[in-house]
Amino acid sequence: MANISVEELSGNRAQPYPGAPDNWKRFFTFSTDHKVIGIQYIVTSFVFFLIGGLFAMIIRGELITPEANLVDRTIYNAMFTMHGSVMLFLWSFPVLVGLANYLVPLMIGARDMAFPRLNAAAFWMVPVVGLLMMSSFFVPGGPSQSGWWAYPPVSLQNPTGNLINGQVLWLLAVAISGVSSIMGAVNFVTTIFKMRAPGMTFFRMPAFVWTVLAAQLIQLFGLPALTAGAVMLLLDIVAGTSFFRPENGGNPILYQHFFWFYSHPAVYVLALPVFGIFSEIFPVYARKPLFGYRVVAVSSLIITGLSAIVWVHHMYASGTPGWMRMLFMFTTMSISVPTGIKIFAWTATVFRGKLRLDTPMLFALAGVVNFVFAGITGIMLGSVPVDIHVNNTYFVVGHFHYVVYGTVVFGIYAALYHWFPKMTGRMYYEGLGKVHFWLTWLGTTLNFLPMHPVGLMGMPRRVASYDPEFAFWNVLASLGGFLLGLSTLPFILNMVSSWIQGEKAGNNPWRAIGLEWLISSPPPVENFEQLPIVIAEPYGYGKDEPLVSNLAELSESPG
Amino acid sequence: MTSEASIANQVESSIVEEHNEEANSKFGFWVFLLSESVIFLSFFAGYIVYKTSSTDWLPPGVEGLDTHDPAINTVVLISSSFVIYVAERFLHDKKLWGFRVFLLTTLLMGSYFLYGQAVEWQGLEFGLTSGLYGATFYLLTGFHGLHVLTGVLLQTIMFFRSFIPGNYDKSSFGIDATSLFWHFVDVIWIILYGLIYVWQ
Ligand code: HEM
Ligand SMILES: [Cu+2]
Repeated sequence: MANISVEELSGNRAQPYPGAPDNWKRFFTFSTDHKVIGIQYIVTSFVFFLIGGLFAMIIRGELITPEANLVDRTIYNAMFTMHGSVMLFLWSFPVLVGLANYLVPLMIGARDMAFPRLNAAAFWMVPVVGLLMMSSFFVPGGPSQSGWWAYPPVSLQNPTGNLINGQVLWLLAVAISGVSSIMGAVNFVTTIFKMRAPGMTFFRMPAFVWTVLAAQLIQLFGLPALTAGAVMLLLDIVAGTSFFRPENGGNPILYQHFFWFYSHPAVYVLALPVFGIFSEIFPVYARKPLFGYRVVAVSSLIITGLSAIVWVHHMYASGTPGWMRMLFMFTTMSISVPTGIKIFAWTATVFRGKLRLDTPMLFALAGVVNFVFAGITGIMLGSVPVDIHVNNTYFVVGHFHYVVYGTVVFGIYAALYHWFPKMTGRMYYEGLGKVHFWLTWLGTTLNFLPMHPVGLMGMPRRVASYDPEFAFWNVLASLGGFLLGLSTLPFILNMVSSWIQGEKAGNNPWRAIGLEWLISSPPPVENFEQLPIVIAEPYGYGKDEPLVSNLAELSESPG
Repeated sequence: MTSEASIANQVESSIVEEHNEEANSKFGFWVFLLSESVIFLSFFAGYIVYKTSSTDWLPPGVEGLDTHDPAINTVVLISSSFVIYVAERFLHDKKLWGFRVFLLTTLLMGSYFLYGQAVEWQGLEFGLTSGLYGATFYLLTGFHGLHVLTGVLLQTIMFFRSFIPGNYDKSSFGIDATSLFWHFVDVIWIILYGLIYVWQ
């Protein structure tokens, strides 16, 4: 009787400890363990980060001189299209889903996600999306050239006349990515609502969980709109309809509405979890509770709500009527309220704290600074008179790279370093981490800061050649770009070598407060031997109160 | 804790989890349907924009849609929502034969709707590429029709599953979801009917 093992009781979910490299084979299986899936997401999307980065190198290589002399112009178009699409659909979204996958069940005291098999199925669509996108390099005419927006009528051109062309493959890939994201969103929302441990009330959830909830709600209401637009676009290309063909009475502007109704909120699908990461990291490295926790938590949901009513700020220059411009300018500005609340709370959290400047903290601090800068240029772009001038220039490219690189990638790096010891049981090399940070910071600044002046001077985006007067700033940006390419090397070296042979980290190397830090590193398959009974708000730094009432029972006790 | 007690504990908690699983599945399905409804809302919004802003809405030679047969279809589809509800009640009372009869009736009514739709499509003098009018008409009815087809397939599966002994003893999530989906398909159709047939 006594030798019925836990494995037998929990049936097909039994797997060896996640995280240990000696068991790397299980990362290639249809595992249903949220921790394995989380790491699968993170590693897969990092590969695509490198691929998207390669495309960026080619773009920057082309732009280092004013003439179009490195690649053919059509290839250049394909490069920025694939760069943007890969970076968004195959790096930023999935890597954050991976982090959420790993962390949310641990943070709310659950044994797994609500639907483990759905989770695995959603993950395995990501490589399919990647293969479809990449396969477009091998069809006649090459990949889509219409940018990651795929605006008609450009996206309807199909110069080779083939049914299977780059644009169709792009649309299929985006559609599958959408299905995968919806499956993920249903899973996250259900998990957060239904799987919280006893005592884990909403206002005891870590801020990261709040942001994941807010972000996944966006997926649920936004993605279907994009899907609708994509279906109509696909029909226009393959079935001869004219939804968006102006020459047959179609309305290309309607596509822009569908697209941005999702794709503006989508930037918050990226930004919100990163806000959550900042909110997790600052208290740990400043040894202070998160300032205004409840307000910070709720502000995420406010952002979700507001994000749904600002999309037309991407269309100020699309013949949008004046009243609409005014209306959306107003809503856009109002987003700075909940966002400002968060920035204020982070500042107050680190203010006069005992700061420990380890790699995660460096990335998080720099990430917030970059975000403030992006926020300022964002407000400029949100105001109609400015945007009419800088629309479609490098000013826009600079602005959003300060978000997607300066904030989102920085936040992801911060999270990967911070939770690395939890995921692997080993510590990364701090020295290499610092090298990585400074290279990344320098590269980001050199690459993306010059885009602002050159954009204000009038350099348009999506061009392979430009006026020689812009050359100076572009040389700087290209150097920064190559530096960013370089910066991934110490990171990869660090992650691989410390996973294999880093120092054992123990359960809680940061002395952080949170359910995930109460169990072993890496956590066992079922996470908690007994479900935790939560008795306190998160971030009790300096308060000396226990987080759970059954600490001794959480981990497997001998005998 | 003795090992016996801990095993008992685990067995118990796995039972609790099973109950939770059904509640989770239901919750998750609701979330999914709410999300799915946004696709329809988007199509509806597109339809309204096209219809109100298009200069030549009806293709040349097209007068509009006949509403007689679609009205019959509508009545059949909407009443089938009540029929599947009765089926659910029978299942709830563990009366399997009653359940089967009413589920089969729903299934046949759904199939009749699809048949009616196909007949209507056959008789129309415009196609998918006949301007925005044709494109939106086939897009909306086709996308909805796919959902009806899915519903009918789900009902077929649920029907055959009822012959597996004890299949619905533990959990009736399958039939709950099928029924919820069917109501959803119905509500969408009512809006769609209003937009396409009533508002001409
Ligand atoms: C080494 C890092 C990177 C470099 C050097 C870089 C460079 C560039 C450049 C020069 C463009 C403009 C191309 C043009 O308009 O002709 C661009 C566009 C874009 N980038 Fe990046 N980028 C980097 C990282 C990222 C990341 C991490 C993201 C994450 C989401 C991203 C998302 C985008 C998007 C969405 C576009 C717009 C593509 C389009 O115009 O359709 N980039 N990038
Ligand atoms: Cu926006």
